[in-house]
Amino acid sequence: MTQHESTYRPTTRAGQWLDERLPAARLMHSSFVDYPTPRNLNYLWTFGGILSFCLGVQIVTGIVLAMHYVPSDKMAFDSIEHIRRNVNFGWLIRNVHAVGASMFFIAVYIHIARGLYYGSYKAPREVLWILGVIIYLLMMAAGFMGYTLPWGQMSFWGVTVITNLFSAIPFVGQSIVKWLWGGYAVSGVTLNRFFSLHYLLPFVIAGVVVLHIWALHVVGQNNPTGIEIKTRADTVPMTPYATMKDFVGLSVFILFFSWFVFFAPDYLGHADNYIEANPLSTPPHIVPEWYYLPFYAILRAIPSKLGGVVAMFSAILILAFVPWLDTSRVKSTKYRPVYRYFFWFFIFSVLALGYLGGKPPEGAYVYWARFFTAYYFLHFLVVMPIVGVLETPRPMPRSISEAVLGGAGGTPHGATAAPERR
Amino acid sequence: MRGNFKSTSTLVARTKGLMGGALALALGATAAFAAGEAAHIDRQSWSFAGVNGRFDRAQLQRGFQVYKEVCATCHGLKRINFRNLAEPGGPEFSAEGVKGLAESYRVEDGPNDQGKMFQRAGRPSDPIPSPYKNEQEARAVQNGAYPPDLSLITKARSAGENASVFATIGSMLRDIPSGYQEGGADYVYALLTGYANPPADMKLAQGMNYNQAFPGHQIAMVPPLQPGQIKYEDGSQGTVEQYAKDVTAFLAWAGDPKLEERKRMGVLVILYLLITAVLVYFAKRRLWAKVH
Amino acid sequence: MISAGAFAAVGAAATLWPLIQQMNPDASTQALASTEIDLKPIQEGQAITVIWRGKPVFIRNRTPDEIKKAADTPLADLVDASARNDALPEKAPATDLNRTKKGKENWLVMVGICTHLGCIPKGQSLSDSKGDYGGWFCPCHGSHYDTAGRIRKGPAPRNLEVPPYEFVSDTTIKIG
Repeated sequence: MTQHESTYRPTTRAGQWLDERLPAARLMHSSFVDYPTPRNLNYLWTFGGILSFCLGVQIVTGIVLAMHYVPSDKMAFDSIEHIRRNVNFGWLIRNVHAVGASMFFIAVYIHIARGLYYGSYKAPREVLWILGVIIYLLMMAAGFMGYTLPWGQMSFWGVTVITNLFSAIPFVGQSIVKWLWGGYAVSGVTLNRFFSLHYLLPFVIAGVVVLHIWALHVVGQNNPTGIEIKTRADTVPMTPYATMKDFVGLSVFILFFSWFVFFAPDYLGHADNYIEANPLSTPPHIVPEWYYLPFYAILRAIPSKLGGVVAMFSAILILAFVPWLDTSRVKSTKYRPVYRYFFWFFIFSVLALGYLGGKPPEGAYVYWARFFTAYYFLHFLVVMPIVGVLETPRPMPRSISEAVLGGAGGTPHGATAAPERR
Repeated sequence: MRGNFKSTSTLVARTKGLMGGALALALGATAAFAAGEAAHIDRQSWSFAGVNGRFDRAQLQRGFQVYKEVCATCHGLKRINFRNLAEPGGPEFSAEGVKGLAESYRVEDGPNDQGKMFQRAGRPSDPIPSPYKNEQEARAVQNGAYPPDLSLITKARSAGENASVFATIGSMLRDIPSGYQEGGADYVYALLTGYANPPADMKLAQGMNYNQAFPGHQIAMVPPLQPGQIKYEDGSQGTVEQYAKDVTAFLAWAGDPKLEERKRMGVLVILYLLITAVLVYFAKRRLWAKVH
Repeated sequence: MISAGAFAAVGAAATLWPLIQQMNPDASTQALASTEIDLKPIQEGQAITVIWRGKPVFIRNRTPDEIKKAADTPLADLVDASARNDALPEKAPATDLNRTKKGKENWLVMVGICTHLGCIPKGQSLSDSKGDYGGWFCPCHGSHYDTAGRIRKGPAPRNLEVPPYEFVSDTTIKIG
């Protein structure tokens, strides 16, 4: 399949010397240069590289911000203002880090949706997919703790609400919450430990990302047809072809990113976070960052506390079981005439839940949130297993190269869309 | 205190927008607890809004005058140092003027050699002194109400849709491409000009005033601006609207003193990235032309 | 071999314990003493919020009307039937009397933290929305509490907690 002979030939004596002792350059070369990638990858496949970029940006800007930030309930808010006002280019670095968190999540949601659409979770990529779910969970934890650090009203009350979720656990819940807080309420003690963990988590993420890429390079990339690589003709070397395409995607992404950094830096945040945390005054609306809103809507849709918490965590964890819930014989939704409608309705449901998560928990909003929550789970637990069995897939091309070059038979040219021609 | 209570009518309108009208009926009954009708906040035309926004120096200088002569009686501006008033991108008062201004304030310093705190004249590096030592003193003097520090007021307020969690698709398409971030300034302006007589059926609590823009409409702050109250040196009109506009612009600067630097750099960065993206795209096309 | 391994495992577990335990509330946090509050300035119908162990405590001087409303509520209408009074056993029913001190039924003292997800309910100041039952309303997820601080509607599972307190004089209480 994707096992290939390394074409790495060190040209210098020093290179040869090192290659015999630690073939690190050879590993890099075979992983990122002559690694065979399917020739029909579209621009949705550039988000893997974009996500690595996002992680790098967050780590670099985060390290720099930590040089000026003070993790104390008395000083945190002031130190952020100090960064915005006095530190050289502090406003820029802080904007990049804050906007960067949102961009990271935009990219990861596109990445996950692409995986779901093209069936990238199906055998033999289950472990690859589960590693991705773990990265996503770690990202949520890192993002949540990071949002605590400015110690504004939303930071404080967001932490209060989210840490209180653990109090729903029977018997030990209250003790766990007290343990997380280091006190009887959220306080500077909590802030300090969250800062410590927020600094740690990105490096944990980086470690899991290495495993994710390793797993990817063992099983090889999926592609828009969902057909595995059969011959060398199905592939192109990763460098320069796929990397060049990654750079195109990345350039456009950075453009989008920069627009927010320079012209709408506060758009993705909440005005209340420019008010310093006040433990005695709850803001009238507590809303998490936008990227948690779908799950927040699920939490609030269930009338019981424990039920809401269980539903919210299940909504994330259920992703890990998708490889076994999907019974379809084909990977790509492109060849699934029935499932595709369910897929797009699922996407719509998640967006609707995101919208409802930002609304007050009253009246019709609650009922709609229940409706879309129900579909969210039905999609995974009922639609995926049943539609996969009942549906007759469309005729598929015999190979990737046939899909791209439009050989005899198979599907008509263009129907399988070689998207890189756009 | 600040609320984001949406009026029943906007709730219904939004919901209709997404889901269709059928559920509007269901909503009418349940949104009753919303404490009051929040007024629609009108957009103003700000010189500092948008991609090429810049502050109007004369306006910032007038705004500082309004702050100093009116707001400063009750509201602090602790995140602004006197030196900021002379820095580029702000009101850009002269350095000597700022030094003289700072010296007209008394600032607590110390402890001295005897271990006592003492008063001295202000310096440009000092923050602008707040009228009260702390929140408790402010509440004691202000009959329980707390006049917030104004350093971040235009950042800490929003006009509903001007933030992602309240956004609709329409408002996103309007505000993100145009870089409109001035919801907070719109709100402050609406508040300052929003005093009116209460509706006949509304009973105000003791010491409260009616304001159209304030959530719940009952605000402890008395109408701060009166026509002709401040004499502008540059001959600008002495209307409440003019005062409100000027002081809001000044506070917008106080909340975001790097705005001009940010937007100036932003235009260059975006241009550079556009060119890069185009070059990379054509390089990629040439490269891939061989494999098709 | 097995005993050596087991012995070493005990050591590893013992090392872990301080690392986990350090996150629990520290000595200075635990040492926060009890608070005494003078009730004289609180007029009938008014409420104040005081801080105890970093948590807000609501103290309301209830009107006869509010007391009557709470006392007349049948227990069957309650979501949570336990008094949630730290001075009483867990099984004590959530009658209005069990939520207060005998002879001082006008004083309602409770921890002002919503039992759902820890927000501070509205209802302390006169201009606040007090919810459908005239007591408190939590704006975060819409829980309604009645005039005895009992949960009546919304996602919160329990009544607001009544902390341990006592009257040290006719107009002074000590919480904790």
